[in-house]
Amino acid sequence: MSNLDDPFYKPGVRFISGNEAIAEGAIYAGCRFFAGYPITPSTEIAEELAIRLPLVDGVFLQMEDEIASIAAVLGGSLAGKKAMTATSGPGFSLMQENIGYGYMAEIPCVVVDVMRGGPSTGMPTGPSQSDVMQAKWGTHGDHPVIALSPATVQECFNETVRAFNFSEQFRLPVIILSDEIVSHMREKAVLPSLGELEIVNRPKPTEPPGEYKPYGFKYEWEIPPMAAFGDGYRFHVTGLAHDYTGFPSNLPKVIWQQLKHLHDKVMRNVEKIWRWEEFLLDDAEIVVVAYGSTARAAKEAIARERKRGVKVGMFRPITLWPFPEPVLASFIDRAKLAVVPELNLGQVKLTVERVAKGRVPVVSVAHGGEAFLPSLIVEAIRSRV
Amino acid sequence: MAFPYEDYLRAEFMPHIWCAGCGHGIIMKALIRAIDSLKLDKNKVVIASGIGCASRLPGYVDFDTLHTTHGRALAFATGVKLARPELSIIVVSGDGDAIAIGGNHFLHACQRNIDMTLVIFNNFNYGMTGGQVSPSTPYSAFTTTTPYGNPNYQFDVLGISKAAGATYVARSTTYHARHLEKMILGAISHKGFSVVEVLEDCPIAYGRRNRMGTPAQMLKRWKEMCVTFDAMKKLPPWRVKDKIPIGLYHQEERPDFWEEYQETIRKAKEEVQREA
Repeated sequence: MSNLDDPFYKPGVRFISGNEAIAEGAIYAGCRFFAGYPITPSTEIAEELAIRLPLVDGVFLQMEDEIASIAAVLGGSLAGKKAMTATSGPGFSLMQENIGYGYMAEIPCVVVDVMRGGPSTGMPTGPSQSDVMQAKWGTHGDHPVIALSPATVQECFNETVRAFNFSEQFRLPVIILSDEIVSHMREKAVLPSLGELEIVNRPKPTEPPGEYKPYGFKYEWEIPPMAAFGDGYRFHVTGLAHDYTGFPSNLPKVIWQQLKHLHDKVMRNVEKIWRWEEFLLDDAEIVVVAYGSTARAAKEAIARERKRGVKVGMFRPITLWPFPEPVLASFIDRAKLAVVPELNLGQVKLTVERVAKGRVPVVSVAHGGEAFLPSLIVEAIRSRV
Repeated sequence: MAFPYEDYLRAEFMPHIWCAGCGHGIIMKALIRAIDSLKLDKNKVVIASGIGCASRLPGYVDFDTLHTTHGRALAFATGVKLARPELSIIVVSGDGDAIAIGGNHFLHACQRNIDMTLVIFNNFNYGMTGGQVSPSTPYSAFTTTTPYGNPNYQFDVLGISKAAGATYVARSTTYHARHLEKMILGAISHKGFSVVEVLEDCPIAYGRRNRMGTPAQMLKRWKEMCVTFDAMKKLPPWRVKDKIPIGLYHQEERPDFWEEYQETIRKAKEEVQREA
């Protein structure tokens, strides 16, 4: 799949919004199927793809609700397309059951959640980072998660490409956790030319129909190749616990092995999945852990404190789940304090506490309803130093 | 010569989970016969379902099969169809799955006139969970969640299908097995969204609670109660009351969603060329 056939895709310097960059990244990654439902602040992604996808013979669908949107996306993916949906909090809640279906039936797709304030209808146009734990534990049952959190318009593009690559490689829904600020702000981004970024396509089975095992693996971390409906393999897909054939199984040993497989295929590959930014961490005695739009405020706060001679730096997880815990631990081990600013009441803070294991104090700086203020982070640091 | 059902069945999963006296097997056989007489390529047929007894059907038939979440089969199937429009898609769904939890998807599949077939296995209750009231349970009937009788009236599946935009709407029963096959055959060969409502029996969870007798007695009721739409028109008014019409309720020609979407693609490309 290439982007050469898209007359609107223009490599080079662009001044676009985060949501537009997500749409561009999707086209670049080979996404040819989108189903969604309008919801602020994600709607621009659907609007852009409504223009673009027909031009590349892709499918754009506005469905009757978010449940149907993710269902259609999973169906489109099963029939061989790279597929995506985009939503925000309330829609993300509605999608959870079928996202779980995607984990269980191992169907690649990308789900963009542009976070807004909650719970419930909350603040449709207000920024938030309060779906971080929902992205991890939103659907029922044990399951692996890959969630990526861009902080710049450039990253909206790059992380979307990476999300598609992971979804195809590991056969699961991958979540992009953007937020209202990152998605709606406009800034410079350099769109890559064809071939500049790696594009991963799902491996296809090589064995003849009849021998194909859609959920077969020798070791639990292996990912079985995926046939598409209509390819002649005549296979079965279900959300029930199943064995390597895809047909339901009630055998505890088989079910446990499948659950381990869902877990291991992600957790044994974390090093391929992790991405993070280190900012002035070499000598840092205070580690600020921030992600998404809040990391932008954190950089400003750190710059102010550095001017005063305070040794503070930032660890910014771009891959939020699985969280790059050992990497953060290596910086926390050398520090005296961890500060976690978030546009929620302290969600990633819980993970940082687990990483810190009580060795250093972990201070949560919670905020909501508006963009994170650098002064709040500065105050938190000064109250402790 | 006996019909070669085994050519279409995944025999290794027999016996099926359906109770003795359940109508699902009759519908599955009618569906297989219809597919066989249409000579569809087995590699180009997708059978999708949601959750419930009827939704276990895809596991037993040798096609690409998709057992999805409760009520959502039509939405999944919409994705499959648009990603690979050359496939024939048949969605099998119980009454609860299709018109209660899946009601919104049902309406919008009708409205899109997407080229696929929905077969509704209407046994008037939620059988898999032990017999609860559904939107198609008759007024005053007993179920485990209407122990004093159902206070609601039945959902009009055919009327709603037509009003929402389905272009082929038919009804049959498990007593009229050949007629049922004909209705399904007509539905699959119809271009656009087709709905076949099948009236059938759930002797264990529903019939028993409503003192409807043996499975055979339940099945015979369809023979006594059902007349074709044409015959219905000729009946005197005082006899219409107790009758249920079966047959083709509605059919019209209208471009299906894929055809309309091709038009969208054409317009999009034309606009870009004009601007260039």
